[in-house]
Amino acid sequence: MQDKTLSELSSGLQSGDFSSVELTRHYLDRIKQFDADLNSYITVTEKLALQEAEEADRRRQTGESSPLLGIPIAHKDIFCSEGVRTSCGSRMLDNFIAPYDATVVEKLKAAGVVMLGKTNLDEFAMGSSNETSWYGPVKNPWDTQRVPGGSSGGSAAAVAAGLCAAATGTDTGGSIRQPAALCNLTGLKPTYGRVSRWGMIAYASSLDQGGPLARCAEDVAMLLQAMAGFDERDSTSAEQAVPDYLATLNNDLDGVKIGIPKEYFGDGLNPEVKQAIQQALSEYTRLGAETVEISLPNTGLAVSTYYVLAPAEASANLSRYDGVRYGYRCEHPVDLEDLYKRTRGEGFGAEVKRRIMIGTYVLSAGYYDAYYLKAQRIRHLIADDFNKAFEQVDVIAGPVNPTTAFKLGEKTDDPVQMYLGDVYTLPINLAGLPAIAHPAGFDSNGLPIGMQLIGNYWSEPTLLNLVHRYQQQTDWHWRSPDSGQN
Amino acid sequence: MSLDSEEVRKIAHLARLAVSDDEVNGYVDDLSSILGLVEKMNAADVEGISPMAHPLNMSQRLRSDVVIESNQVEQLLANAPASEKQLFLVPKVIE
Repeated sequence: MQDKTLSELSSGLQSGDFSSVELTRHYLDRIKQFDADLNSYITVTEKLALQEAEEADRRRQTGESSPLLGIPIAHKDIFCSEGVRTSCGSRMLDNFIAPYDATVVEKLKAAGVVMLGKTNLDEFAMGSSNETSWYGPVKNPWDTQRVPGGSSGGSAAAVAAGLCAAATGTDTGGSIRQPAALCNLTGLKPTYGRVSRWGMIAYASSLDQGGPLARCAEDVAMLLQAMAGFDERDSTSAEQAVPDYLATLNNDLDGVKIGIPKEYFGDGLNPEVKQAIQQALSEYTRLGAETVEISLPNTGLAVSTYYVLAPAEASANLSRYDGVRYGYRCEHPVDLEDLYKRTRGEGFGAEVKRRIMIGTYVLSAGYYDAYYLKAQRIRHLIADDFNKAFEQVDVIAGPVNPTTAFKLGEKTDDPVQMYLGDVYTLPINLAGLPAIAHPAGFDSNGLPIGMQLIGNYWSEPTLLNLVHRYQQQTDWHWRSPDSGQN
Repeated sequence: MSLDSEEVRKIAHLARLAVSDDEVNGYVDDLSSILGLVEKMNAADVEGISPMAHPLNMSQRLRSDVVIESNQVEQLLANAPASEKQLFLVPKVIE
């Protein structure tokens, strides 16, 4: 059952082949059987899930048949889920029971999904390998000695191993796309402002965006349909109408221009990954698209710019964790300063503290102009590169990660090594554009290779259309890892 | 750009993060390394380029000044490490 698309599952539920309760039990059993090896879930909400499944079956009896009704999914543990622990992968929130549902959770609940649990992630979404979680690293189902990518590594591993039908994630610098690519999934980072950030624990407010991870573009489209939309409660939410993402999935690709940035296919890219992407591009041209060489000249500045802006915003967002109103508190604080310092010193992990400190430094008196303000101006240059490119092309193609999944512990000694791996995904967040990662083949070790398509603002329909058509001609996305398969 | 341990302690204080004597050197190395990466920005020519704070160039949306929240005191106190009489308890602040 875990190899079916969401619409196949929906049909099965509608024709009574199985009930939502049976489907939910199926996934709960698989979690019990396989997740000890993967560590993809932080909290499994078994009782709640079965209650929600019963409710979905009941709703179906009364004649309701919405596409996501009764479908079991998982939420990245960064989305507040009422009455359920929301840890953000951190000791700081290990004891935090969210008093409300995030908009994303609320909207998917209204669409009728069943929540199986909360998935593991890099602490406070800071990481590219899911190795910084307080709850331990997540393993890649394709090779459990390797990382699944991050920060939405738990969501990716769970979907890839068939421990949920689909999952939500967030992407600030690549955190949906990188794990999707390393785990053979399709993952979309929507245009900034497309999906509400209300109830989504903040890392970098001008970069964060929630989005879906699933086995194929059609599934991603179904989830996005439910997740997207203006939300009054999020002051950065865009008042932009939500199109019917499924209606245009099968459009012809004739005349679609795909830009190939020369800066993305240089030395830093693994040759097997490069080859797979080039083959995928041939497939796209066979489908009617046309490739155009372009340049994104400021690509080389993206990593440094991001690692000034994101930590700066994080240092502000994480200042709320003070041991006073919720979350971790150190023992026997002697005064207020001790309370703050030891709560935060003990509650946060090393990577989070590094980023808070970098952020604090670049915002501090005397350094603000040279670092933070300058980074914001470079951000403008990077966004302008894309704007210029979109005058010539409809979408831009590129790699997601420089290599396939690396081994656990391989990059944890040197933070900068880890950061450099984000070069292809960061610029997109800086510009606020939508981008979709999808499977494009496997390397000689049998590890998944992903690629991404980057679109202009609000062009999610185009991105989903392109990938859907590609996935009708290829079957990479249907392969499953041996581990976690029955 | 290299930081020294004095600066690391200053930053840690601003960020209200406890950093032990053992940990300081680790942070000196890591933060200096990250700032080294960031140095690449120095070469960029940003003459005449305005800062971009927001991808969509939005300005803060306003709403009517009416109360829309309901009283959820008990719910919100439920996560408090220490509370009494609907107040959050902290170590003494004023002498």
